[in-house]
Amino acid sequence: MAEAAKVDPMHQFTIEPMFGTDHWQIAGYNIAFTNSSLWMGIAAVALLIFVAGGMKRELVPGRWQMAVEGFTGFIDNLLAANIGPAGKKYVPYIFSLFMFILFANVLGLMPLGLVGVHPFTFTSHFTATGVLAVMSFAIVLIVGFWKHKLHFFSLFVPHGTPLVMIPLIFAIELVSFLVRPFSLGLRLFVAMMAGHVLLEVLSGFVINGVNAGLGIGPVVSVLSFALMIAICALEILVAGIQAYVFALLTSLYLNDAENLH
Amino acid sequence: MEPASAKLIGAGLAAIGAGMAAIGVGNVFGSFLESALRNPGAADGQQGRLFIGFAAAELLGLLSFVVAMILIFVA
Repeated sequence: MAEAAKVDPMHQFTIEPMFGTDHWQIAGYNIAFTNSSLWMGIAAVALLIFVAGGMKRELVPGRWQMAVEGFTGFIDNLLAANIGPAGKKYVPYIFSLFMFILFANVLGLMPLGLVGVHPFTFTSHFTATGVLAVMSFAIVLIVGFWKHKLHFFSLFVPHGTPLVMIPLIFAIELVSFLVRPFSLGLRLFVAMMAGHVLLEVLSGFVINGVNAGLGIGPVVSVLSFALMIAICALEILVAGIQAYVFALLTSLYLNDAENLH
Repeated sequence: MEPASAKLIGAGLAAIGAGMAAIGVGNVFGSFLESALRNPGAADGQQGRLFIGFAAAELLGLLSFVVAMILIFVA
């Protein structure tokens, strides 16, 4: 029997320069234009086209305008429910964040491999999601300290804490506050990576099953392929949920900064 | 035991965490549905909290996946 084909599930996450080389460096950091940056650009352009198409401001909105207004209304409601009237000014940021992550996740799932383009999900890298998370966290810190000055630290001491417990509670709340950007970025990146690894592993089963010839091979292949289709549907759901969770948690953290407890 | 095989066994054990997270996520949505069917009027207002609970339960499962990936590919 031939050696089983190796399908490396991690190869799809390789970042490589589209043009330029690894020697394009500034202060030791590579600045070559990679496939990650390419897909970030594609997501941004797709998002621009999508929103620009809905900006005609017709009195009776068409389908496209309804789609865009559905998304803005959704984010508007999210912020109104979680922050209250003060949340209105964060709508542009949360909307951009949500739509950018959503477009990135969904673009990465597009079956573009059929036409020879290799889609790259840049949200499956902690460098990309980490920066988004740090941006959200920085806005929370800036707003919190701007609005409440040093009173912002009262966020770490809930009302009615007994005096003896204050040092302990303060330490716990501080750690849970500081962990937020990590958990925010980590959740998105791991959820996207796990799904793509799973699809790749299943496709490895299909390929190896076909290569194994008659007998057990077709059974494995057909079952794995059916499972792959189902997992693809699940991945589309996860892509939406993770974008929503990122926006939701950012708005919750902003609520802490705006209203304290 | 060989270090390489110990790594793979550890990664396999980390999958228990993913299963535990499955219980947690199922619990979140199950409890939500149970109470949403009792009082459908109040259900829509609680969707934010539903997803917060989901996110918290899911994160812990994803961490076990990270542990498995680190064991296989990094350590």
